[in-house]
Amino acid sequence: MSTTFDYAPAPESRSIVHIRPSYGLFIGGEFVDGRGQGFKTINPANEDVLAEISEATEADVDAAVTAARKAFRSWSRISGAERGKYLFRIARIIAERSRELAVLESIDNGKPIKESRDVDVPTVAAHFFYYAGWADKLEHAGFGPDPRPLGVAGQVIPWNFPLLMLAWKIAPALATGNTVVLKPAETTPLTALLFAEICQQADLPPGVVNIVTGAGDTGRALVTHADVDKVAFTGSTEVGKAIARAVAGTHKKVTLELGGKAANIVFDDAPIDQAVEGIVNGIFFNQGHVCCAGSRLLVQESIADEVLGRLKARMATLRVGDPLDKNTDVGAINSAEQLAKITELSGVGEAEGAERWSPACELPAKGFWFAPTIFTGVSQAHRIAREEIFGPVLSVLTFRTPKEAVEKANNTPFGLSAGIWTEKGSRILWTASRLRAGVVWSNTFNRFDPTSPFGGYKESGYGREGGRHGLEGYLQ
Amino acid sequence: MSTTLQSDISDATSSNAALRRFLHGLPGVDQVGAEARAASLGSRSIKTTAKQWALDLAIRMVDLTTLEGMDTPGKVRALCNKAMRPDPADPTCPHTAAVCVYGDLVSVAKDTVAGSDVHVAAVATAFPSGRAARTVRVADTAEAVAAGADEIDMVIDRGAFLAGRYLDVYDDIMAVRQACGPAHLKVIFETGELQTYDNVRRASWLAMMAGAHFIKTSTGKIQPAATLPVTMVMVEAVRDFRAATGRQVGVKPAGGIKTSKDAIKYLVMVNEVAGPDWLDPDWFRFGASSLLNDLLMQRTKMTTGRYSGPDYFTLD
Repeated sequence: MSTTFDYAPAPESRSIVHIRPSYGLFIGGEFVDGRGQGFKTINPANEDVLAEISEATEADVDAAVTAARKAFRSWSRISGAERGKYLFRIARIIAERSRELAVLESIDNGKPIKESRDVDVPTVAAHFFYYAGWADKLEHAGFGPDPRPLGVAGQVIPWNFPLLMLAWKIAPALATGNTVVLKPAETTPLTALLFAEICQQADLPPGVVNIVTGAGDTGRALVTHADVDKVAFTGSTEVGKAIARAVAGTHKKVTLELGGKAANIVFDDAPIDQAVEGIVNGIFFNQGHVCCAGSRLLVQESIADEVLGRLKARMATLRVGDPLDKNTDVGAINSAEQLAKITELSGVGEAEGAERWSPACELPAKGFWFAPTIFTGVSQAHRIAREEIFGPVLSVLTFRTPKEAVEKANNTPFGLSAGIWTEKGSRILWTASRLRAGVVWSNTFNRFDPTSPFGGYKESGYGREGGRHGLEGYLQ
Repeated sequence: MSTTLQSDISDATSSNAALRRFLHGLPGVDQVGAEARAASLGSRSIKTTAKQWALDLAIRMVDLTTLEGMDTPGKVRALCNKAMRPDPADPTCPHTAAVCVYGDLVSVAKDTVAGSDVHVAAVATAFPSGRAARTVRVADTAEAVAAGADEIDMVIDRGAFLAGRYLDVYDDIMAVRQACGPAHLKVIFETGELQTYDNVRRASWLAMMAGAHFIKTSTGKIQPAATLPVTMVMVEAVRDFRAATGRQVGVKPAGGIKTSKDAIKYLVMVNEVAGPDWLDPDWFRFGASSLLNDLLMQRTKMTTGRYSGPDYFTLD
């Protein structure tokens, strides 16, 4: 009998997923070939090519916007109850096909199956269920007696939560009577294309949802298209700024959900074991590819050694590897490009004198991988304390007093989220009211719910998604 | 940390006020976070070779228990035979760690398991309520040890604990530990009555400081009995106690663990929270009765590839 508990491989079967050799664009309720060059999407865990994807040119984007405009005439006029029926139907199909969606998401994105299965896909279904309920109650949402939709929404989403970001964009837009043209990220188009099939299965009227695939040029064509009334973007601050410039002076309404460098503040009276879990969940969830990741740990100096000791012990139990293994905690980095960026910034951290530590872990030979990493001895002057790394890399800073914690937490151009760990209720309220961040979690981190608004301060963007607030961005 | 904590511990037991300060100075447990962590550990997928390994380990960790008013020498003898040979059809099947009986049946159990490695554990100290004078509870312990018990499962005075008389509980445990002599002492908290995780963490430290060899969740007479998060809080405590003092203490969840699937969740939790050092019958036990047959059924399924009906496993 062996003396250690070695978990045998527990791979989720991928037979439930049928990936076609090539995919077209979804325009006017049908799949059509794109006019661009086409590109490949790969599995980041082993670099296998998964499918050929069409690239939408300006002309293709124009066709999609035209289809959306045509559909808008009737979609905006049918009753809210009728629109709600379609959304409920979509939500139910997502729930029914959840395993298929989860497996496909993990294959295309690299995230662990336990996260796509237990977090992403259930939250996607919940988001559609939630906004389906609003569709016939808009006059009671607090935006006037007869709120009107904007028209055609051009939506561009990132690769970190491909299907969840799609849901955040499409569900409120459709509930309020808009039609959409959505561009998924070029490295993760497959679940959006499967969603297009779900729209067909739900008999959604043609043109209400259009999916165009491609990279930056396709996105640019979409957000600058003259007949788009609303631009919604989630992604990097750099691209967000370019979009804000491009739509400045037009009639377009914009919401931007951009980067972050969230502070996770651990006070000396925190529930330590749960705080360690929260730190791990804050930065290693989804390989740290999370805009609201708790990438800056601010720990009170008096307990810093104890917290770091426990954190390191906990990190040593993280299982890095095959995203489809049900016991994997940390999956693959989404692309070679992102891996290069994480590697570069981590190198800068070392060069600037911060102390780097990772648990011993064997990384697969093929694919894109990065071991969970922490940097200690980080100060506000370090680049790794200021720039978004968007990977499994945590910068650890210390503070002495609550006031200093708040100052350091706010001393960033970003302001998307923050975390507070203390057993003292009054300290939670005192701190939260002083943090300039859109979402503040207390004694938890990275929790998402469709009823809760989400969005940023400062360079983390503007506008809110989710909850009642999420309707506003899609109403006149 | 370790030397200061050692002296902290001796200072902490100098008075009830000092003990209260020490126990209330331990980091709090956030209920939502603790339950979420336990649930996530419970979602590990343990298959094939790992499952086989875990099933055999779980069988070796069972304290096969009968604690009924209707217990008789015949019943206890049957239980002991089951503990020694859980699966008569398969000689490779390991025996359980111990049998657990009332004190008056220790001699019967001891005679029956003689020559085997199965230990005899006795519940003592006015089990399950613990409501008797300390002299009575100590005498109860001493009699069970004199009859040959290898292990004593005592209950704490929950009334004293909840009234804040921590030093009384501490002194009780010290007195019982002394009466145990060479026998190992397991201290039962009845976590279903302590109710909060903060209380469970405090009780864990209190018992470990008083010399417990094992800390145990429940008597099995109160609901809820053992749960995964409550056991996790205790496993965190033994992990931290060893880091602080160098002394390792075992953990025994008891009551309510009925399936192999549940037992494996506990083993995963122990493995990831405290580490493999605790994956041994010397350091982790299951207080259970019906669990054993489910473990055997799953074990047979793993070796033969077929499920057998309950009639193929002995009822004792």
